[in-house]
Amino acid sequence: MFITLNGDPFELDSPLSVADLLTKLAIDPRRVAVEHNLSILRRHLYADTLVNDGDRIEIVNFVGGGSS
Amino acid sequence: MSPWPVWGAGAAHNAMKDTPFVIAGRTFRSRLIVGSGKYSSFPVMAQAHAASGADMVTVAVRRVNISDRSRESLLDYIDTEKMFILPNTAGCYTADDAIRTARLGREAGLSNWVKLEVIGDERTLFPDNEALIEATRVLVKEGFVVLPYTNDDPIACRKLEDAGAAAVMPLGAPIGSGLGIQNVNNMRIIREFARVPLIVDAGVGTASDAALAMELGADGVLMNTAIAGAQDAVAMAEAMKHAVIAGRLAWAAGRIPRKMYASASSPVEGMVGR
Repeated sequence: MFITLNGDPFELDSPLSVADLLTKLAIDPRRVAVEHNLSILRRHLYADTLVNDGDRIEIVNFVGGGSS
Repeated sequence: MSPWPVWGAGAAHNAMKDTPFVIAGRTFRSRLIVGSGKYSSFPVMAQAHAASGADMVTVAVRRVNISDRSRESLLDYIDTEKMFILPNTAGCYTADDAIRTARLGREAGLSNWVKLEVIGDERTLFPDNEALIEATRVLVKEGFVVLPYTNDDPIACRKLEDAGAAAVMPLGAPIGSGLGIQNVNNMRIIREFARVPLIVDAGVGTASDAALAMELGADGVLMNTAIAGAQDAVAMAEAMKHAVIAGRLAWAAGRIPRKMYASASSPVEGMVGR
C-alpha cells in the first residue's frame, strides 16, 4: 500500500498506527506535529490512529527561521 | 512650539523603573526577540542567543526530512527552559496556509502563540493585510495568542488589534533588508494608536536601528538577519541587547525637543574678559 508522506509517495507493507510509523521513521514524537488527511492529529491519539492505504500524512517540526 | 513633539511619553518621574514587557499576560525579561534562521551553525546561534539576552525566539514550521534523519534538530540548541518558543507562519501566502501552519506549530510546540505572517509578494515579502486580518480573526477564535507581522500602516494595525491580536508587529523595512526604520512618522502614529504591545519586526540592520525603534516607544524589537548575518553574529547579538536597553531607557527618560539653533550648556555670566 502507498500513502502520501510529506507530499511524496511512501510504501508500507500494511496499515500501521501513527506511533509505529514515527518509530519506523526514527522520529521523536515529542518534537513533531502530525497532520492526518488534513486534520491535526493530537499526540495522545498517535497510538490508536491507523494509517491506511491512500492516506495523506504530514509530519512537521521546527526549523530555524525568523521571518518568511 | 517645536514642530517635533517631545518623544518619550515615558518622561516619567522614575524612568529607571521601567514597566515590565508583558504580552497576553506573559512577562518577558528582554524586549529583544530573536530569530533562529540563517546562522552559520547551530552552536553560533546558541551563543548569539545567549549574548542577546533574549528570552523569546521565533522558529519556522517545516516538513521533517524523511530521507535524511541524520540532521541535528534546532531544538537541541535552544534552551526551552530559558527561551519561549514562538512558532511562525513564515512562507505562507494565504490565510488558509497560515492557519494550517499555526495549528501545526501549536501541536509541535508548547504554547498557543503564533507570529502570524501572510505574505503578499515574493520580492518585497510585504504582508497581505486583508488575509492577515482574516487569519488573525480565525486564530484568535481558536484561542491563539496572535502576534501579526504587518506593514507600517496605523490603520492595518488598528484593524489587527480589533481582530484580537495580542500585539502588533509592523515592519521597519522589508524583511532582511537591513534598511532600518523607513517611516519613522508612521511608527510614531502607530505608537499613539496602539493599545496592545508594539513590536518592530523586520528591517533592522544595526544597533542604532534597534535603539531608534525603542526611542520611538516600541515595546520590543524582533530581528533575525541583522544578528545572524553579521560578520560576528555573537558580537552583534550583544550590541543589539545594549541598543534595545539604551533605546528603551532613552524613551522612558524623555528626550529634549529638537531645536533649530544652538543653546549653550555653560553659563553665559562670569565670562573672563567681558
